[in-house]
Amino acid sequence: MPSLTEARAGAAAIAPMLLGVVPFGLVAGAAPVSQGFDGWSAVGLSTIVFAGASQLAIVDVLARGGSALVAVLAALAINLRMVLYSASLAPFLAHVPTRRRLVAAYLLNDQDYALSVSRWAGDDRTDGRLSFYMGAAVLIWAAWLASTVAGVLVGSAVPERVPLDFAVPLVFLVLLVPVLVDRPALMAAATGGVAAVIAAETGAGSLATIVGAAAGIAAGAVVDARRTEPASP
Amino acid sequence: MSRIWLVILASGAGTYAMRASFLAVAHRMATVPPGLTRLLRQIPPAALAAIVLPALVRPEGHLDLLQPQLFAGAVAALVAWRTRNVGVTLLVGMGLLAGLQAI
Repeated sequence: MPSLTEARAGAAAIAPMLLGVVPFGLVAGAAPVSQGFDGWSAVGLSTIVFAGASQLAIVDVLARGGSALVAVLAALAINLRMVLYSASLAPFLAHVPTRRRLVAAYLLNDQDYALSVSRWAGDDRTDGRLSFYMGAAVLIWAAWLASTVAGVLVGSAVPERVPLDFAVPLVFLVLLVPVLVDRPALMAAATGGVAAVIAAETGAGSLATIVGAAAGIAAGAVVDARRTEPASP
Repeated sequence: MSRIWLVILASGAGTYAMRASFLAVAHRMATVPPGLTRLLRQIPPAALAAIVLPALVRPEGHLDLLQPQLFAGAVAALVAWRTRNVGVTLLVGMGLLAGLQAI
């Protein structure tokens, strides 16, 4: 059953992260225009693709004269982590009707994923989970679209002295810290981070994140399996 | 239809398929075998670290441990751990980075 209280809680929890989302959205709006595409294509990217890093990759590939196929493959490689997020969230939303889950899937994004999964872990109450997720997701979506439109209209008018692009890793850092609760999680994070760096250094490009994540998941699962207690959700 | 719209529609469809992949069949995941649960539990730390660490140690696209992003990030990690507060962490991390870059 939808819960307005939980939806508000989700929106409130994700609100500070908009400091990282809005400047990125301005760039997502300004970049296509600066490369000669019209403003509608920026809006199309932000609503139909709705994933910042892949939007910038598409514009970059096409602007350098790359083929449409290469642009699509670059975007999908960057967004491959969404499969992991989807798998990670699915058991928590098993009780939700399929149609609602398919709507929730459209809005899936890094911040909402990490926020929701850390809130739901260790809490058996299923009521209000989807409301919390949707409250956060709708706010991010609206802020993303609004900042894209602003970026189209005024360009990326962010002073260079303010390192706003650094806000994105910082937001993920705040989300990462609370999930480091046990040895498997620490192992997964350490391996995932180091493997992603190695993959990036050795030319994995946009696949570095997913390569790192896969290595981290495997390492964490091995440590987890060695512990004597049985796995619990 | 111009090329960029073709790319937008194909990327949007592909990305949606990846987002929906497991959520679409979640009703069959109410009880997940322990082995799979063990894998799923590692996703948040592994995926988040795989995003964060490269951003801190190779901000310009190559490994570099002597730069302000890593120092500001390390301090921000400490702040994130102590406060669990996104706003405070962002302010400290970005403020510190802006200060270091101004030196």
